Amino acid sequence: MTGFFIANENFLSARNIRIVMGITPEYIIVAIGIAILMISGEFDLSVGSVFALVPMTMVQLVHQGMPPWVAIALGLSIGIAVGFVNGFITLRFGIPSFIATLGMLYIARSLTTVATGGFPPPFPHELPNELFVFQFEVFRASLFWMLGVAFIAGIMLHRSNLGNWIYSTGGDTAAASSMGIKTNNVKMFCFILCGFLAGFAGMIQTFRIEAPLPSQGYLLELESIAAAVIGGVSLFGGVGTIFGAAIGAILIRFLESGIIMARIDAEWFRAGLGSLIIISVVFNTWVVRRGENMVHKNQAEENENNSQNNETVTESKDE
Amino acid sequence: MSNENIIECKDLNKYYSGVHALKNLSLKIKKDSVVGLIGDNGAGKSTLIKILSGAHSPDSGHIYFEGNEVKFKSTKEAMNLGIETIYQYSALIPQMSIARNIFIGREQTTFSLGSIGLMKTKSMDKAAMDALNDVELHLRSPDTPVNQLSGGERQGVVIARAMYFKSKVLILDEPTNHLSVKETNKVLRFVEGLKKQGVTSIFITHNLSHVYPIADHLCVMARGEKIADLAKEDTNIDELTDLLVNG
Repeated sequence: MTGFFIANENFLSARNIRIVMGITPEYIIVAIGIAILMISGEFDLSVGSVFALVPMTMVQLVHQGMPPWVAIALGLSIGIAVGFVNGFITLRFGIPSFIATLGMLYIARSLTTVATGGFPPPFPHELPNELFVFQFEVFRASLFWMLGVAFIAGIMLHRSNLGNWIYSTGGDTAAASSMGIKTNNVKMFCFILCGFLAGFAGMIQTFRIEAPLPSQGYLLELESIAAAVIGGVSLFGGVGTIFGAAIGAILIRFLESGIIMARIDAEWFRAGLGSLIIISVVFNTWVVRRGENMVHKNQAEENENNSQNNETVTESKDE
Repeated sequence: MSNENIIECKDLNKYYSGVHALKNLSLKIKKDSVVGLIGDNGAGKSTLIKILSGAHSPDSGHIYFEGNEVKFKSTKEAMNLGIETIYQYSALIPQMSIARNIFIGREQTTFSLGSIGLMKTKSMDKAAMDALNDVELHLRSPDTPVNQLSGGERQGVVIARAMYFKSKVLILDEPTNHLSVKETNKVLRFVEGLKKQGVTSIFITHNLSHVYPIADHLCVMARGEKIADLAKEDTNIDELTDLLVNG
């Protein structure tokens, strides 16, 4: 980051921060949904497509003459429905969510393109986009929506008993269900939440650029998983935080902006992102290992002390 | 140990896709006793405990708990009656803290909507430490992730959890597998302590020498059947070994 600042002092200028802050909330919301689902031990590769399908549905419904709020509600329920189908297929047929949602990635993207009828529709201005993306000094209204989502998700995951069930389901499904947790219901909830948040974030993006694009959210699924992983969410479930996922998403956006501002060829963004993923996971693993080693060392020392104490006890008995 | 039966099974049968895993099994378990359930792999021990813990239901037969017939539809139902099962590998979530593990599925909550609410973390932390102290397990912090504990300590946490929720029967599936001698002795001490606090335990193992010193009653299984059911004073380790090996 310092490097980017040196390369172009405008990197931390109000204008650039304003641009980054304007787009980041959308990505954070998707990353939060993905992170929660990954903590429960599943994946969703369809978020990028849902990110396009939900706003496209909403816009087309408004063009059909539907009141804007009804169109928003129906659009969001498409996100919920996709999440439900993802969960249903994964859990009912016992196939990896990676496959189920990979299929959904293509299906939802295809539906989005079909829904455009060939060319992207214009943005209907009766939609209340001010409410979601109104531009303040340096940030947009979407920042508040994101903070709201993050706050509720954080309380749910870290403070509520539902969060405890999500962590236990992802940590060890068999153990959780032997403790009476309905692990399938927990996972289903996470799938639905992930679909809903991806659709909601897509809607915010459409409000911001005032055009529903069928290509919106292309490759977003991998970027969101990357954000979660950079933020310390485990690919194997059971580990991660909302805060970490949000930081991961922010880092990716600043990396992108930094590369552009440093006048490096923008194609280098993906190389940078790739390096960021690898470095952060290697670093996380290293920190965890070090922590474990320290514990083992302490335990070994304690055992030694104990046995020494025992020896002293026996000695004193002998006397 | 009292003379009352806490659990009684009559003629339990269970088939798994054609395999007769449990054949007309009848068993009486006395209150406040330690029952050693021994048998080689595939003897039907796991099938029996899955039925007793509510994970599976028998194809025929009856189970009585404290004199009343019970038909469990889930492990939760068995747990609510006070039958807690500790599975060999899957009793704790390794990445989660001790306190969170103790309260999985039974969190103390406030401001709840339906079954979802905010966890009372402070009170849960304190209760977790008290529960650990009750089984003479002294660990530093309730926030320690379980994967930083030794095998014996983990079994201690599980037993503390069962005690905290006032279990009447504790089913332990191979609790001493893969443990060092020192850790095994720790676990055996935990189980002996249970008896004093009025908890019946069913100790499943294929290692006779682990359960023999602490058991009141020994039940040997082979090929889905019960081949011996003896009070400890009526038998000895040689006879049991012979039964176990030759079936």
